[in-house]
Amino acid sequence: MKKLINHPEEVVQEMVAGFVAAYPKHVKQVPDTSVIVRADSPVQGKVGLVSGGGSGHEPSHGGFVGKGMLDGAVAGEVFTSPTPDQVFEAIKAVDGGKGVLLIIKNYTGDVMNFEMAAELAEMEGIKVAKVVVNDDVAVEDSTYTTGRRGIAGTIFVHKIAGALAETGASLEEVEAVANKVIQNVRSMGMALSPCTVPAAGKPGFSIGETEMEIGMGIHGEPGIERTDIRPANEVAEILLTKVLEDLQIQDHSKVAVMINGLGATPLMELYIVNHKVSQMLKERNIEVYETFVGEYMTSIEMAGCSISLLQLDDDLTELLDADANTPAFRK
Amino acid sequence: MMAVGINEMKTWLKNLNERIQQNKMYLTELDQAIGDGDHGLNMARGFQEVRKKIEGTDYDHLGSLFKDTGMTLLSKVGGASGPLFGTAFLKASGVLNGKTTMTVADLGQALESALDGIKMRGKAQLHDKTMIDVWEPVVLYVKANEEEMDWDRLIALAEEKMEATKELEAKKGRASYLGKRSIGHIDPGAASSAYLFTELATVIKGANIT
Repeated sequence: MKKLINHPEEVVQEMVAGFVAAYPKHVKQVPDTSVIVRADSPVQGKVGLVSGGGSGHEPSHGGFVGKGMLDGAVAGEVFTSPTPDQVFEAIKAVDGGKGVLLIIKNYTGDVMNFEMAAELAEMEGIKVAKVVVNDDVAVEDSTYTTGRRGIAGTIFVHKIAGALAETGASLEEVEAVANKVIQNVRSMGMALSPCTVPAAGKPGFSIGETEMEIGMGIHGEPGIERTDIRPANEVAEILLTKVLEDLQIQDHSKVAVMINGLGATPLMELYIVNHKVSQMLKERNIEVYETFVGEYMTSIEMAGCSISLLQLDDDLTELLDADANTPAFRK
Repeated sequence: MMAVGINEMKTWLKNLNERIQQNKMYLTELDQAIGDGDHGLNMARGFQEVRKKIEGTDYDHLGSLFKDTGMTLLSKVGGASGPLFGTAFLKASGVLNGKTTMTVADLGQALESALDGIKMRGKAQLHDKTMIDVWEPVVLYVKANEEEMDWDRLIALAEEKMEATKELEAKKGRASYLGKRSIGHIDPGAASSAYLFTELATVIKGANIT
């Protein structure tokens, strides 16, 4: 393992401290926790938005804390859901009297820990609602599995629900728009190389020098198939075709696109992927309203990318356009 | 004849912690095969904290020992194991509240309540390739043999049921994404649950519970 760290056991603590030191205008840390909240929280009269999950996906989720997006983000250990007490601290710290919405990525641990935190908060009289993001089309949605995973499409939920919350909307309204985004966003990823959880010291899986895995999850969960590596255009086509099929998108629709890097893939390659994606969408007469290319939800130093598509209507477009000012996302 | 009390249960948790520390990388390897590879690390971190917590605390009754254990696991383990093992100990603490010693019947009730908690939290059933595949048969065995417990048989049962998860297809947790590819691997939560029961039986055998 070759990493720029001090102690494997302290990476999360030291990362949170460094992050907060970098962005004092945007965020502050709830003392003695790994919870990052807006510098001006709790914002009175506004629904609070809390997300989080295992660390290793930076800038998710702390990078999206700020005006117009999240009020709080909880950082668990690397690739490990945060604990209920930590999520509860975040809920308390951002509650401005209008209730708190939890934005949870669909993983067994995350769902259980956030649910327990919601139960603790409700016992203290804080109104809490939950949405579960499951945008990854790589795994089949079936009653026999845990269901689809939540990946980079989650950023669109943060952005749009955050924008509506900023207008003073009710908890029910913010929850409804978050669910609307979840219904209209799909993603799929692929990996070229594995990643190493610092405390584990070795890669969680291996991919051969000339192989890639289509549909791999952001913690290295298996995808659809392991094949020989192919050119970017073919990879983009495989991912986007599956996303489009699942979204059942009509020609002349309007979408937002996210080309997300997993940590070790340079922007140059992400733009190459987007070149193909934009061509394919044009051929299908799908209007690209806005494209986001960069690192939004990474997997430590995994090489690869994910493609997300959000189908937009006028309401969602307006909320996507609204102001946001966070360390990792600005409009 | 003596009953099991606070000291024996503290010894159990201490031994269990040692077993988990020794098998930290093994549990993590099991999890890397079908999950996300953090089970050993998380359990080791959590039970180390449990050991620290209970070592420096005097307990009046078993309920408070189990409650402290559950709360520590809940706040230190993370992942899915934190809520599951944490809930198990909290549920058991409810049954053991006020008791300074316990009989096999008390233990059976506490374990049954813990199992109900695990099922409620994880929404899993027998044969989903989870910790329940060890917990349920062990709890049924204790409940059915309250009069004459064979602790060696319980140890064998826990290990046998852990091994049997190898042949199951995962229906819950991250392993479920693998579908049939999850077959051939022991479930990590079943493995750590087997440690829990084998260490428990070993301590109780020595204490000669009735």
